[in-house]
Amino acid sequence: MGEPITYLEAIRQGLWEEMERDERVFMLGEDIGVYGGAFKVTKGFLEKFGQDRIIDTPIAESGIVGAAIGASLMGMRPVAEMQFIDFIACAFNQITNFAAKSRWRYGAGVPIVIRGPSGGGVRGGPFHSQNPEMYYVHTPGLKVVAPGTTYDAKGLIKAAIRDEDPVIYLEHKYLYRLPRIKEALPEEDYVVPIGKAALRREGKDISMITYGAMQLHCMDAAETLDKEGVSSEVLDLRTLLPLDAEAIEATTKKTGKVLIVHEDTRTGGIAGEITALINERAFEFLDGPVTRVTSPDAPVPYSAALEDYFLPNSTKVLQAARGLLSY
Amino acid sequence: MPRTSRNAAKKHPRKGKSAESAHPKRPAESLPASALSKSQLLDLYRYLKLNRMIEERLSALYRQGKVQGGLYSSKGQEAISVGSAYALATQDVLAPMIRNLGAMLVRGVNPVEFFLQYMQKEGSPCKGRDTSLHFGGIDRGFVPPISHLGTLIPVLSGVALAGRMQGKNLVALTYIGDGATSTGDFHEGLSLASVRRLPLVVLIENNRWAYSTPVSAQSLLLDLADKARAYGIPQGVVDGNDVLAVHEATSRAADLARRGQGPVLLEAKTMRMRGHSEHDDAWYVPEEERRFWEKRDPILLYEKHLLGTGVAIKDELSRIESACAAQIDADLAIAEAAPFPRPESCVEDIYAPEQDASEGLAEEAPRAARRS
Ligand SMILES: Cc1ncc(C[n+]2csc(CCOP(=O)(O)OP(=O)(O)O)c2C)c(N)n1
Ligand SMILES: [Mg+2]
Repeated sequence: MGEPITYLEAIRQGLWEEMERDERVFMLGEDIGVYGGAFKVTKGFLEKFGQDRIIDTPIAESGIVGAAIGASLMGMRPVAEMQFIDFIACAFNQITNFAAKSRWRYGAGVPIVIRGPSGGGVRGGPFHSQNPEMYYVHTPGLKVVAPGTTYDAKGLIKAAIRDEDPVIYLEHKYLYRLPRIKEALPEEDYVVPIGKAALRREGKDISMITYGAMQLHCMDAAETLDKEGVSSEVLDLRTLLPLDAEAIEATTKKTGKVLIVHEDTRTGGIAGEITALINERAFEFLDGPVTRVTSPDAPVPYSAALEDYFLPNSTKVLQAARGLLSY
Repeated sequence: MPRTSRNAAKKHPRKGKSAESAHPKRPAESLPASALSKSQLLDLYRYLKLNRMIEERLSALYRQGKVQGGLYSSKGQEAISVGSAYALATQDVLAPMIRNLGAMLVRGVNPVEFFLQYMQKEGSPCKGRDTSLHFGGIDRGFVPPISHLGTLIPVLSGVALAGRMQGKNLVALTYIGDGATSTGDFHEGLSLASVRRLPLVVLIENNRWAYSTPVSAQSLLLDLADKARAYGIPQGVVDGNDVLAVHEATSRAADLARRGQGPVLLEAKTMRMRGHSEHDDAWYVPEEERRFWEKRDPILLYEKHLLGTGVAIKDELSRIESACAAQIDADLAIAEAAPFPRPESCVEDIYAPEQDASEGLAEEAPRAARRS
């Protein structure tokens, strides 16, 4: 174990080690080379790996992803950066139609990674704070991961790069340099398997299912409940597509009370999907309605006064948990 | 398009050789003769000053933590915003990008609106919902951008298209950065606009940088205006630090577009004098490049012109500056005192109020379908 590092540094290390390990890995994106990325995730990469493997591109997200797809067909392992994940919208067609359907159509895997900063809490306003996961979760052929811890940030970027299919890797920008989640990581190479959730906290009275930055609020709420004699289980999904149905089923059967917490907006958010999954697999174990805490159905607002109201927080989680517990 | 301004830029040496290379070398004294009256010339000066001074104040507010998120400066590029917007007719529609505060001033935005908006106050044009210069409305003659670059070009094509359908004789103008000319929407918007010969002017603000990326990493062209050839449309290059030249070039472009010979692609050569956004100190910009352009400050150049040609004396310019400062002080005080928005208001106004689809059709339809 080394020194505790940030979530951002963990992503950086994961990318760095994969580039050292496998010369097919290369990166492309806007301002990733000379500047080292808008958030400095790729700082020092140009100097180490050179212009052929660290490619500063024009402002052309569809071009970036399309080129990544083509290179992957040639046996390369491209990692494309979206400066903010909001701009992934400009590459929607390449991702959902070209990348996602190639294997199914004619057997060609498209092992690309598309990564970028997502999420709110930094006063970025409606175009620098989005959580676009569900557009992609709705697309068979893609994989979508969203690490919420420093350990997972590194393990999942490595797994994503080694994966044979297109992976959308959502980094939460609020977590990038958050001191609270600094962590000392193993010296040796490791991956976090895609498709596997992690139990952050074991309990028997209520299950909180979450991912990304929201697990912090769940952990805080669980801590408070613990002092009141309520034992909470916190399940961090880590991967949104494919969902870890077994883990969801297991925790539901264990506690019978499920609270789903996500930063993404409500309608069409993954809570709906998880609820359906629970109905299919563990309905008779439920001891109350599956409940959700999410952002409301609106764009992410800019003003602190609005954004603080908009985003889920531990108070909202606690309130919902108490409601469910007393059902 | 004006061959003259185009040739002026063509005379220049290859880009990338030196700081000056892409800049049309023309001494301040030879600014184009202009049909503008003295009061109009001073109007331009006032807008330039106001643009610069408001942004300086916003920058101070950012350092005080009163403005959060992205703050984008147009320092060094004010002449483009002001000169171009000033060339439009009342019925015309423009769409600013995030460095076109000056264009919005010309369209009638009060400084207080910028302060309210950046300070995320309740009475701000976006009620605290959206950031920076992302506000406007067709009724005010300007359409706001979203952050996603390039998107305004197809949208303004639609404005131009509808304006023609409605017989409004309007020109639509929008701005785009050198970097954003690489987007798909730039191409799609101009493709559509060109085959329909829409009255659209696209003004490329080539400030040599897109965040940390130089133009040479964006395009192999010397002049981005040459992208016009791909669409078979008129083009022009203009000194973006010369407000009168920008005014004249935009007037001519708008004229062409209005006469059905558009769309027109205009490129203004300039320099982004600050970082991409307030947090960025632009360490990647070579010192000599910055120094070269510092001497070409558009406001200094224009001051020299006004004084050198006897249009104004120093005193008049100082009085304008003081009036700007007083207005900014007053407006900032209003914004500071304004309340923050009601938290719940962020989930309001997602859709139109309750509507009855059967109502209103009879009156609306014929008006929408009216043609020139
Ligand atoms: C589609 C899209 N991709 C990426 C970004 C992130 N971004 C914001 S501004 C910018 C650079 C823009 O450069 P340029 O177009 O030259 O305009 P300037 O900032 O110089 O005015 C980038 C990459 C964005 N806003 N939209
Ligand atoms: Mg630029």
